[in-house]
Amino acid sequence: MSEPSSTKGLFKDKRESGIRHFLRATEIDSRLLGMIGALALIWIGFHVYGLVAKGFGAFLTPRNLWNLSVQTSSIGVMATGMVLVIVTRHIDLSVGSVLGFCAMFMAIVQVWVLPEFLGLGHPMIWVIAVLCGIAMGALIGAFHGYLIAYLGIPAFIVTLGGLLIWRGAAYLLARGETISPVDVTFAKLGGGPYGSVGSTASWAIGIAACIGVLISLWNGRRQRKRFQFPLRPLWAEGFLGVVGCAMIIGFVVLVNAYPWPKGIVRREIAAGNLDPDGNLIISHGFAIPVLIMLGVGIAMTFLATRTRFGRYVFAIGGNPEAAELAGINVRWVTLKVFALMGALAGLSAVIASARLNSATNALGTFDELYVIAAAVIGGTSLAGGLGTIYGAILGAVVMQSLQTGMVLIGFDAAVQQMVVGIVLVLAVFLDTLYRRRAD
Amino acid sequence: MNTAQVKYITSAPLVELKNLSISFGGIKAVDDASLELHPGEVVGLLGHNGAGKSTLVKILSGAYARDNGEIFIDGEKATINNPRDAKAYGIETIYQTLAVADNVDAAANLYLGRELQTSWGTLDDVAMEAEARKVMGRLNPNFQRFKEPVRKLSGGQRQSVAIARAILFNARILVMDEPTAALGPQETAQVAELILQLKKDGIGIFLISHDIHDVFDLADRVTVMKNGEIVGHARTEDVTKDEVLGMIILGKCPEKAVPGPGAMKAE
Repeated sequence: MSEPSSTKGLFKDKRESGIRHFLRATEIDSRLLGMIGALALIWIGFHVYGLVAKGFGAFLTPRNLWNLSVQTSSIGVMATGMVLVIVTRHIDLSVGSVLGFCAMFMAIVQVWVLPEFLGLGHPMIWVIAVLCGIAMGALIGAFHGYLIAYLGIPAFIVTLGGLLIWRGAAYLLARGETISPVDVTFAKLGGGPYGSVGSTASWAIGIAACIGVLISLWNGRRQRKRFQFPLRPLWAEGFLGVVGCAMIIGFVVLVNAYPWPKGIVRREIAAGNLDPDGNLIISHGFAIPVLIMLGVGIAMTFLATRTRFGRYVFAIGGNPEAAELAGINVRWVTLKVFALMGALAGLSAVIASARLNSATNALGTFDELYVIAAAVIGGTSLAGGLGTIYGAILGAVVMQSLQTGMVLIGFDAAVQQMVVGIVLVLAVFLDTLYRRRAD
Repeated sequence: MNTAQVKYITSAPLVELKNLSISFGGIKAVDDASLELHPGEVVGLLGHNGAGKSTLVKILSGAYARDNGEIFIDGEKATINNPRDAKAYGIETIYQTLAVADNVDAAANLYLGRELQTSWGTLDDVAMEAEARKVMGRLNPNFQRFKEPVRKLSGGQRQSVAIARAILFNARILVMDEPTAALGPQETAQVAELILQLKKDGIGIFLISHDIHDVFDLADRVTVMKNGEIVGHARTEDVTKDEVLGMIILGKCPEKAVPGPGAMKAE
């Protein structure tokens, strides 16, 4: 098979290093490898530090990693939307406050309003609440987008105003009260033992995902063949398939290796839901919020790379004037990007308030910073036009790993903030270096 | 009526710009300009930098909203308020700034705003790339860098992307604003050949340049602008390069040209 045709082909010779050849054949982004490397470094670093300093490495345990995955979800979901916002050369500083407002709104809907009409614990309550939250987020985002795109107010200002306005509005909604507990089914969307799908379902999801990976590889190859484009060498396709499936199965094994805590098992036995003589080691499996994040990640990747909307978002980021001259309705696309960001903030509000089993006035405070940091660490360029969804999710994992790790080894909250800040600046600096070399 | 245009008088012009004006902050960038273009005709639009050439055609391509005047396409009044409207009339433009999105690849740029979609409503990247390979093969056979963002291409390659985009959609009216500015001699010759071929297909072409040598041999007619006004129109066979230069520099209309509002008044 012929090699992918690119200028690098001109310099292709025997001296090309093995790694470079490997990357080109598999078409793996070298910055993706860099991020995975950094993540591995953080994980192993915290684990080893725990081993040395405290005699117990708490980081690389199923329990911690499972929790890490749950804690990443809320930021991860919003980071996927922030990629598109930043790609179009805008910013959204309001997502934390919008999250807080939507959470409060949903809590009122499901705790104060719906039980009046449907009765407490009605199975439709959580559905209506979730839809209300996402719709409210989308509406707020669309309003921001309208101000930015059609009235020409800079996104920085609109969303900075939004940061203050929606936080204040969240307070006014319930006059500062904390609303708790939320609907029982709704609470499952936040994770925990009841909010996880268990061992069997996790295996089913894992296997379906593996099949998905293989089908997409096969389909990609078929498409390239049809139009006689350069193909990846077969070994590279095989490598991608094996690594992809191995990672998925590894993740399934991991989440299944974390059993329900003893207290909950005891409570379930007391309630008569579990046979005390049966198997009492019950796997969590995937937490529902993690599945939501992965689903959003896939859907957003599809949106960004396979649809017109995504193509326009990137084209606008690359050259807004050219996009306009090409006949793209730049304003309308911008409005939609902000509406999408708002809807995702609404979805994150579901995860965050369900996880807390309550809506508090402070929910989501500072989230905007973590979300932007996740997107930027994940390789989204603040100059616009560049960024990936998977990068942002990985960026969210990196941010959350740092925080979790620092909590585990007992850093001060003050020091934690400083480290996160330093890492953000460093990540962008490395990114700048990388791009300069790549160009 | 203009004697030089007797040949065309029977058919309605493809494009007729009537008394177009536009001003930016009190400065009249284009002042009362009228111009027409017939099928299969190449009209060279000449003038100094800042004479208003680009601005005039940007009104036609929908990038600027005119203050006054009317546009007729096939003899019928046309409504052009944005680039989408212009494209709907079959007007394609190659901008001086190229107007490509730097961060996406050649195929994405060619189809920007008019992407091919699969029956699922998703982007059909493979089909777009296949078409891109065809059209680029015609224009620039050496071009192979389909997978790379346009930012990484040379000036000439970017220019061929911009040109390919304009001819990909069966334009009827082609506006080329300094199309060879970034090209080497060989590529310039290719563009000239392409223009002749498009002309044969019956496409009307506005060819804009500040350099008379670029257009004189290709154009059927030239129109010269100065300070936002039209100095005059002339058939290239009726005038010499020096006379056209006189129009560009002094605004002086030779005998066989049809003077416009910007012509130097006879003493």
